[in-house]
Amino acid sequence: MPLLELQNIHTYYGGIHALKGLSIQVEAGEVVTLIGSNGAGKSTTLKTICGQTRARQGKVLFDGQDITAMKTHDIALAGIAHVPEGRRIFPKLTVRENLEMGAFSVTDKSVIDEGIERAFRFFPRLKERINQKGGTMSGGEQQMLAIARGLMMKPKILMLDEPSMGLAPILVEQIFEIVTELNREGMTILLVEQNANQALSVASRGYVIQTGEIILQDDARELLSNPQVREAYLA
Amino acid sequence: MLSMLPQVLVDGLTLGFMYAVVALGYTMVYGILEFINFAHGDLFMVGAFVGTEVLLTFEALGTLEGMNPFVAFFITLIVAMAITGALGVGIERVAYRPLRGAPRLVPLISAIGVSFLLQDLVRFSEAIYRNEFYLNSPQLFTGSLELGFATVPQKAIMVMVIAIVLMIVLTLFVNKTKWGIAMRAVAQDQSTASLMTINVDKVIMLTFLIGSSLGGATGVLFAQNYGTIDPYIGFILGLKAFTAAVLGGIGNLRGAMVGGVIIGLLESLSGAYMGPLTNGAFGAEYKDVFAFSILILVLLFKPEGLFGEAVKEKV
Ligand SMILES: Nc1ncnc2c1ncn2[C@@H]1O[C@H](COP(=O)(O)OP(=O)(O)OP(=O)(O)O)[C@@H](O)[C@H]1O
Ligand SMILES: [Mg+2]
Repeated sequence: MPLLELQNIHTYYGGIHALKGLSIQVEAGEVVTLIGSNGAGKSTTLKTICGQTRARQGKVLFDGQDITAMKTHDIALAGIAHVPEGRRIFPKLTVRENLEMGAFSVTDKSVIDEGIERAFRFFPRLKERINQKGGTMSGGEQQMLAIARGLMMKPKILMLDEPSMGLAPILVEQIFEIVTELNREGMTILLVEQNANQALSVASRGYVIQTGEIILQDDARELLSNPQVREAYLA
Repeated sequence: MLSMLPQVLVDGLTLGFMYAVVALGYTMVYGILEFINFAHGDLFMVGAFVGTEVLLTFEALGTLEGMNPFVAFFITLIVAMAITGALGVGIERVAYRPLRGAPRLVPLISAIGVSFLLQDLVRFSEAIYRNEFYLNSPQLFTGSLELGFATVPQKAIMVMVIAIVLMIVLTLFVNKTKWGIAMRAVAQDQSTASLMTINVDKVIMLTFLIGSSLGGATGVLFAQNYGTIDPYIGFILGLKAFTAAVLGGIGNLRGAMVGGVIIGLLESLSGAYMGPLTNGAFGAEYKDVFAFSILILVLLFKPEGLFGEAVKEKV
């Protein structure tokens, strides 16, 4: 049984039919990427999973339970960390406070401290900025903080929405290295990207989404060499 | 004329600390919901009545006389805070939560309705219970401290001490505890906060619980300081506390505290000096004009207030 499964999801924004019968599966331990161009429905897919928008039809199953109608905070509690598009750092909280909020569900203080140490290992830059307000950090630092914050709850799956967006090439490289490293430690990852080339090179499988529908799904390596994908997303 | 200045400042500070604590309730709720809880002043009023009824009950039972006034005071304070806190949470649940997501004006109108409801409920129940709705609160602290240049009544010292303690506790809570930080997180970005497993509804309930109980506590302080209360004391005091919150920068806790003290001092100063300075053309009866002129000036020239940010980002 997959860890996360979307079955025939239809999501609307008012009259706009954003997801048209979408089905996706993520197995535990995988890195799966969802690629597609602007407005294809990538963010809507993640928002539907975590209950920020509601599917009008279809089911979201996670870790053996139906989470389709659950409240967002309960879905997160079930083990889904969503690092949203645009980072959404709490601008007036410090780096430490942002991390502590990521661990809101964790009651054991020592687990929180371990989590913060782990975040510093992945992102040493955050350590120097521990007392800085989130909103005053650079885009790259904010992205690191957003990922670190997502990891604080010890999720079963990490969903990243365009983590490379707006970052310098070196940082993009670093973010994808961290994705690989997290996965090596056993983290399941659903990675949404427009940067198809790099996303497919760290993922094991990929889905291509276009105007709310999955038009292709395959092993990442196959997709990388697929002429249709090459033309549309790797040009 | 200057010889009365110390006294005027003491009176102004006493008043200002009360505005400050009530202003916190307005600003906390606004910070999270961008909504002005118009009934907040009336929760203050309910606190004053609950506290006074507790003391009157002690008095009727004959236990008040033998009681340590501090013990009586703290029992009164706790009961008033518990009841107004619960009332605030209940009001949010039935009158505001169902309207979340409606146009801004709708919950505001609901709040005005709640405000009238509370006034009339208190008036009605006191009229039935006591045949009158003006109450005189038993006074627990009647002594005063002679400083030479000013006389500080004991009750004013209690007002200031309690107000300061409440503000310190709130500041520590909001800055140092997990739920306090969650409150700030929700104020900044609700939907992201819920991704962190934070139950936004619970945080909003907590905000109303704290804000309302602070208002209720101030009601007790007011009744002790001024002696007489009626069901309409929440209106003007609420408006002034709201002015204080706007002056400080609505949504900003420190701003509410500083704004409250400034409004209190200005009111006291203008009440004392406006008459003499204008040869009696404007007397103390115009002191309220000051608070509201400040409100208008702030809204015109510095709408973000003393501590607010120029541009409020809201995603
Ligand atoms: N809040 C909203 N209200 C109305 N329409 C929306 C809303 N959010 C998204 N949409 C529409 O739904 C469709 C899918 O949007 P979505 O944000 O999921 O795209 P995306 O694949 O994440 O794009 P991008 O790469 O630009 O982030 C788009 O047509 C978009 O205009
Ligand atoms: Mg998107």
